[in-house]
Amino acid sequence: MSTYDVVIGLEVHAQLTTRTKMFCGCPATFGAPPNTQTCPVCQGMPGTLPVINRRAVEYGVRTALAFNCRVNGACRFARKHYYYPDMPKNFQISQYEEPLAEEGSLEIDLADGRSHRVGIQRLHLEEDVGKLVHEGTLETAQSSLVDFNRAGVPLMETVSKPELRSPEEAAAYLRAFRAVLVYLGVCDGNMEEGSLRCDANISLKPAGASTLGTKVEIKNMNSFRNVQRALEFEVTRQAEALDRGQRIVQETRLWDADRGYTRSMRSKEFAHDYRYFPEPDLVPLKLEPRWIDEIRGALPELPRQRRQRFAASYGLPAYDAALLTQSRALAEYFEAAVREFPQPKLVSNWVMSELLRELPGDDERAIEQATVTPSRLAGLLRLIDDGTISGKIAKSVFETMVRSGEDASTIVRRDGLTQVADAGALAAMVASAIAANPRAVDDYRKGKTAAGKAIVGQVMKASGGRANPAMVSKLVEEELEKLTKR
Amino acid sequence: MPATIHELTAAYGRGDTTPSRVTEEFLARIAKLDDKIGAYLTVTADQARAAARASDERYRQGRPLGPLDGAPITLKDVFCTKGVRTTCGSKILESFVPPYDATVTERLAKAGCVMLGKSNMDEFAMGSSTEHSALKVTRNPWDLARVPGGSSGGPAAAVAAGLAAGGLGTDTGGSIRQPAAFCGVVGLKPTYGRVSRYGLVAFASSLDHPGPFGADVTDTALLLGAIAGHDPMDATSIDAPVPDYAGALERDVRGLRLGVPNEYFIDGMDPEVEAAVRAAIDVLKGLGATLERVSLPATPHALATYYVIAPAEASSNLARYDGVKYGLRVPGHDLIEMESRTRAAGFGAEVRRRIMLGTYVLSAGYYDAYYGQAQKVRSLVRRDFDAAFGRVDLIVAPTTPNVPFKHGEKADPIAMYLNDVFTIPADMAGVPAVSVPCGFTRGGLPIGLQLIGRALDEATVLRAARAYERATDWHTRRPNVG
Repeated sequence: MSTYDVVIGLEVHAQLTTRTKMFCGCPATFGAPPNTQTCPVCQGMPGTLPVINRRAVEYGVRTALAFNCRVNGACRFARKHYYYPDMPKNFQISQYEEPLAEEGSLEIDLADGRSHRVGIQRLHLEEDVGKLVHEGTLETAQSSLVDFNRAGVPLMETVSKPELRSPEEAAAYLRAFRAVLVYLGVCDGNMEEGSLRCDANISLKPAGASTLGTKVEIKNMNSFRNVQRALEFEVTRQAEALDRGQRIVQETRLWDADRGYTRSMRSKEFAHDYRYFPEPDLVPLKLEPRWIDEIRGALPELPRQRRQRFAASYGLPAYDAALLTQSRALAEYFEAAVREFPQPKLVSNWVMSELLRELPGDDERAIEQATVTPSRLAGLLRLIDDGTISGKIAKSVFETMVRSGEDASTIVRRDGLTQVADAGALAAMVASAIAANPRAVDDYRKGKTAAGKAIVGQVMKASGGRANPAMVSKLVEEELEKLTKR
Repeated sequence: MPATIHELTAAYGRGDTTPSRVTEEFLARIAKLDDKIGAYLTVTADQARAAARASDERYRQGRPLGPLDGAPITLKDVFCTKGVRTTCGSKILESFVPPYDATVTERLAKAGCVMLGKSNMDEFAMGSSTEHSALKVTRNPWDLARVPGGSSGGPAAAVAAGLAAGGLGTDTGGSIRQPAAFCGVVGLKPTYGRVSRYGLVAFASSLDHPGPFGADVTDTALLLGAIAGHDPMDATSIDAPVPDYAGALERDVRGLRLGVPNEYFIDGMDPEVEAAVRAAIDVLKGLGATLERVSLPATPHALATYYVIAPAEASSNLARYDGVKYGLRVPGHDLIEMESRTRAAGFGAEVRRRIMLGTYVLSAGYYDAYYGQAQKVRSLVRRDFDAAFGRVDLIVAPTTPNVPFKHGEKADPIAMYLNDVFTIPADMAGVPAVSVPCGFTRGGLPIGLQLIGRALDEATVLRAARAYERATDWHTRRPNVG
C-alpha cells in the first residue's frame, strides 16, 4: 500500500438541552410517548409560524465563544428543502450563508502527548426532524408511523475544518468536543440516544500532495468507537482503491456497525438540491454585543483549562488530570471530595480505581447520581487516614457503600471492621501465627526474609483483614529477630 | 338591509335591533342568494347564532365589547378557524379542520364579531379572479357573468352583495384591493407586519398581508383596529402602538400632499378607469389636497420580480402538503408515489405552475440569476416609495388597469397576471394601500381608486379615503342581487 495523507473533517449535530423547542413552546425532552410533545407549529400545520428560542441562541453563542469563534452580530435562518415524512414542513429551518458563528478552533491532545489545534469552520442552529417507526424493516414495512416529538428540538451543527489527520484524531476531536459541550451545559452528549451525532468527510491524497483528494461523506456512526472504526475502514477502502488505480467516487456512505463496513447511500449525481433561501418568516437575528459579553463573562472553566489546573494546583500526574476531567460531573466530584479530604492524589487514586470501576466517567448523570457521594468517599478515606480501617478493608467497604448507599462509618461499625491496632492483641496473634509455622522460623533463620511476609499474611488472614498491616509487619519482624538471636 | 357595521352596532346600542335578529337576516340572505353569488365555501350558522346570542346578552347588560360587537362578518377561507374546515380553495385541504385559530380569527371573536362563514378564494390565494378556486365559482354581484376579482373574491363579493357586513382577506399581489375595486367595496392592505400572519395559510410569506373589507371606510377602519397590533406568534409582526383609526377619520385633507405617479397611467388601460380615477383625484384636490407628479421608475419591473419571489416562497410553503399529516391523501405503492399522486390530484393547474416556477428559480445555479436578482429589484421598488414619500404624504392611482372581466376571458396566465400591475408594488414595498369605490363604467361596473401611504401610516390612508367618500356617494350604491 502506498502512503497517503488522510484528511478528515467532522460535522457534529448536538441537541441543545433547552427546556423548549427551537421555534415553539413544546417541551424538548426525550422519551415521551409519541406525538405528545407537539403543537401546530412543530407539526408544520398550515398557517403556523416559527419564533426563535432565545435560550437556544444563548447556548449557541456560549458554545461559539468556548471555541473562540467569531460570533456574527447579525445572522439569518434559511430553509433547506427536501422531502421526507419525518420533516413536517418538508423543509428544515437551518442557517446557510449567514451562520451564528464562524472561524474558531478546538485543541485536542494526541496520544504522543502533543496537542493539535483543529479549526472550526462554522457553527449554526437549526431544528431537528421527527422519527419514523417502521413495521419491520424499512425495505419490508407495509406502513410507517411518524413521531414528531423530536421535530423542532434545537440542534447546533458545528463543522470542523478538514484538519484531522487520522481516525484517532477524529475520535479525539469528538471526545474533546463532547466534553466542552457537556462542560458548557448545552448538550447532554449522549451519542446512543442521539443527542450528539457525527458525520465525517474523509479523503486521501498522496503523502505530501497539496491538492485534496475526492471526499466521501460517512453517516450513521453513533459512538466514539464507531466513528474511529468507520473511518479506519474508509482509510483502508480508499487506499486500496487508489493503489489499484481507481478513482474515488464522491458519495455519501453509511456505516454498518454490525457488519463493520461502509456502503454507498447516494452518489453526487443524486445529491439533494436543497434550494436554500432566507427564511421569510423570521427577521434577521441581531445579537447585542452586550449580551454576547455577558455570555462570555459567564463561561465556565473548560475541560482543557481544568485539566491544566488539576495538574498544577493539585500536583496530579497528567494521566490523572486527564481522566478526572473527562466530564464536568467527574471533575466536580473530585473537587468536592478533595475539599473534604485534602489529599488529592489519594482521592484521585480512589476515584480512578474504585469509582470508575462502578460508573462510566463520561456519564454526567451517573456521576451526579452516584450513591457514593464525594462526601461519603471523603468519609471513607478519613477512616483509612486515621487508622480506623485498613486500605484493604476500605475497598470492600466501598463496594458495600455502592450497593447500600450508607456511610462508611455506619458499615464499619455494623460489620465490626475496625482495624485492630492494639499492640497486645496483635502480639498475641503474631505469637500464635509463629507457633503454628515453625518452618517459617527456620527459613527466617537461614536468611529467607520472605518467610516473615508469609507470617504477616497469616496474621492478616486470621484477623479477617482488620489487623493494622504496618504494626503486624513490625511485630513479626521483632519477634522473628528475637527468636533468631536466641 | 344591508347596512354598515357602524350603523348596525349603533342600532344594537339603541335597542332598535339585536345581533341575533341581524344574524338571522344575513343567514337568510345567504340561503336565498348565495347560490347565485357563490361567495361562501362554508356557512357556520350554528356558531354564528351562538356568537350572536352572546352578543345580545352583552348589549342587554349595556356592556358591548366595542364598535364591532355583533358585526356579522366573513373570513376568506385562508384563515384558520378552530373546528371549522379551512380549505384555501384547494382540494388538498378540502377536509382540513384546523385545531387552532388564526390570530386575526381570535381577535375578531374577542371584538364580538359574528362569523357567518368562510368565503371563496383562488386556490392558495393564487389568482385575480377566484376562478382558480377548486371548490366553487364566485360571481361578481354587479354582473354575474363577470368575475369578482381575486384572490379574495369570496369576501369581496359577500360584502358587496350584502351576504356579510364586513370581511377579512389577504393581499399578496393585490388580492384585497383588486376584488374590492371589482366589487365596489372598500379593501385595505395594511403595512407588512401591522397585522399578524399567524394562522393565515401561507402563499408567499414575505408578501402576504391580511386586511379588512368594508362596505365603507369607517367599517374598514374599525376592522383594522381590531386585528392590528403585535403578535408574539409572528416574528415579522411589528411591535408598535395601534392608533384609533376610526377616531381619526373625520379630519379633512387640507394641505395633504398627493403624488400622482406617471407609471400608473399606462397605454392599454381602460379609458373609463383612467377617467374615473383622474376625476377622483380632482375631488381630493377640491377638498384642499395638493397634487404633485411623482415617479416610481421600478414599477414596470415589479410584476416580473413578483413572479419570481412569490412562486419561490410558495414552492417552499406548499411543500408540506404531501398527504402524510392532514388533508388529501391519494394512496400509492410507496411513499414517493403517494406524495406525487396526492400533490398531482390535490393542486390545481395554477398552483402547480407556480410551484414549478418557484422550484426552478431556487434551484442551484439559478438562484442568483432569479431569486437573488429579484430581491435587488424589490429593494429598488422600496426605494421608489421611500423617495416619493419624502415629497408627498400619499400616492393616488387606479387600483386596476381594467374593470371586471368575464369568466373564462383571461385564460392566458400572463393576461391574468397583468391585472395586478398597479397593486403589486405596494406589496413588494410592504406599505399600506386602500381601494375605495370611485365610480362606474357606462356598463355599470365598479372602479377603484387606490391610495398608498407610508409604512404604518394607515391612519392617513384611511382619512383621505374617508374624505373622498364623504364628498361622493359611490359607496352607497349596491348591486341589485335580489
